[in-house]
Amino acid sequence: MSELTSAPQTSATRVEERAVPRRRSVALLRTLSVRIASALFVLWGTITVTFLVLSVLPGDRATILLNITSGQVIERTPAELAPINAQYGFDKPIVEQYLHYFWQLLHADFGFSFELQRPVVHIIAEQLLPTFTLAIAALLLAWIIAIPWTLLTAGRNRRLAAFGSAVETIMAGLPQYWIGILLLIVFAIALRWFPVVGGTSLLGTVLPAITLAIPLAGFIGHAIRGEFERSMQQPFVLSARARGMSLAGVRWRHVLRHALIPAITLSGWAIGNLLSGAVLVEAVFARPGLGNVLVNAVSNKDFALVSGIVILISFLYIVINLVVDLIYLIVDPRLRGRA
Amino acid sequence: MTTHLTDYAGPRTQRAGWQLPVSVLLSGIVALFFIVAALTPGALATHDPFATDLYRALQAPSWANWLGTDDIGRDLYSRIIWGTRQSLLIGIGAMAIALFGAIVLGFSAALGPRWLAEPVNRLLEILLAFPTLLLALLFVALLGPSASSLLISVGIGTAPGYARLVRAQALQVKQSGYVEAARALGHPWHRLFIQHIAPNVFRPLFSLVALGIGQSVVWASGLSFLGLGVVPPSPEWGALLEAGKINVTVAWWLEVLPGIAIVLVALSFTQIGRYIQQRAEGEKR
Repeated sequence: MSELTSAPQTSATRVEERAVPRRRSVALLRTLSVRIASALFVLWGTITVTFLVLSVLPGDRATILLNITSGQVIERTPAELAPINAQYGFDKPIVEQYLHYFWQLLHADFGFSFELQRPVVHIIAEQLLPTFTLAIAALLLAWIIAIPWTLLTAGRNRRLAAFGSAVETIMAGLPQYWIGILLLIVFAIALRWFPVVGGTSLLGTVLPAITLAIPLAGFIGHAIRGEFERSMQQPFVLSARARGMSLAGVRWRHVLRHALIPAITLSGWAIGNLLSGAVLVEAVFARPGLGNVLVNAVSNKDFALVSGIVILISFLYIVINLVVDLIYLIVDPRLRGRA
Repeated sequence: MTTHLTDYAGPRTQRAGWQLPVSVLLSGIVALFFIVAALTPGALATHDPFATDLYRALQAPSWANWLGTDDIGRDLYSRIIWGTRQSLLIGIGAMAIALFGAIVLGFSAALGPRWLAEPVNRLLEILLAFPTLLLALLFVALLGPSASSLLISVGIGTAPGYARLVRAQALQVKQSGYVEAARALGHPWHRLFIQHIAPNVFRPLFSLVALGIGQSVVWASGLSFLGLGVVPPSPEWGALLEAGKINVTVAWWLEVLPGIAIVLVALSFTQIGRYIQQRAEGEKR
């Protein structure tokens, strides 16, 4: 950490400066541990909320389970229900069920999917990669769209900025599923550039990734633009210009760097949104992944699978935001005082 | 999603001239059209939305059927018009639930006594870790697919985001000079709340109403599109999209045009909401 943050010091100041980094690193450690503790707390909270929501289910869970696995909706006798209740532990008090579930989760055991008759962990492990690939591709693509767009339109004349901002608002407001349908119809059905059902191939990933990237590019562009215009007013712009740097050079080398900071924070938030947005996009493109599994699990009331996927996505979201926070703490010493 | 957009909105410089009243005017006209369609669909529709005509199945848009027909010959334009009521009602209902939850949570987090504010703040932190769609899906799983469960799920799913906005607004008012001055004058807390805090917290919420309706319509239609909301014979917009999915390779209009209705509602209500927000902020300066 010290290599990253402490600037080279002259020998005259070194003696008195020596005490300061140690105090700083204590402060950093304290801030770090507070952040990590609060992330753990939120993680515990999401697990608990998910468990509570799904355990207040109206109707007897064993009956639902039996009806779904057998495909008929009838009243069940206690004799039929007893083994199911014993197998899934529905007959135990709710606190015990909760503790048992929590204990399982600590051992990376997400329970058993009665719809697919397989452990939830196996299903998730299979489906996570296509969805994660899609989310990362979309995030990269959103940045690739947003940076040139803002660089071209922000901080110039009023008309251009107004136009750029309006386009961003519209992009951010478009529903993902509708963008997906449009792209599918134009590029896959009419022009035949891409397969209609692409699977997880590289070519089949292009349209879903663009679909997720367009609204996100609107959000990221909006964040960059705000900071960009603020930074254009800073004295360093004038001083760089006075040194003879071209305007384009200042925008590209100085202002853009400042402008990216809020957009990086936004990207941490975006991961969670991309993973859940993938639910809709995977449905549009009939693409395998967590989203498709989740939709089926929701409509079949396969609770172990639903809660497993929801907890996993929230977990990824919390961890990624924690990492983004920690990177900031390391990169920007000004934030260390605040917890 | 727009909640986040406003969160990250940059500085509102004086030259925010891009939101010309023209765009607000257009949004108003669009919103009015859909409100009329929701109130008196019969006046705007050209056909019976449920009348089938197998000889005219999957017709492209034409003079006879402005937006084409579906796979059993029903007129798409009339179906979209008749679907407006349900789509908007779900949007309004979800917004009402979300806003009610947001006000309760946001107020108690910002203004409540310590024993209440602390746990509510923690709860908000937890709820904000769920992406909107996931939180909504959790409740759809619980309640099963139907219009009313859709309304509740979308309302609960979008509530935490609004609660954060309400909390920020209430905190800002609470810490403002005029409230401090009133407290220094010895006003009791209920008078402080009624005369000073509530009016200044509630006024900006009007913009949230418009924003919330637009966003709720989008989320609700999305869930219906997944087959987890209103089911297809109904002309609800998401259900129209869901029903057209099979014929997407031959009849583009069945997927594109109901989507345009959703986009128009979302954009126009959002635009109106942001305009109200700007006006409210302008008054403060």
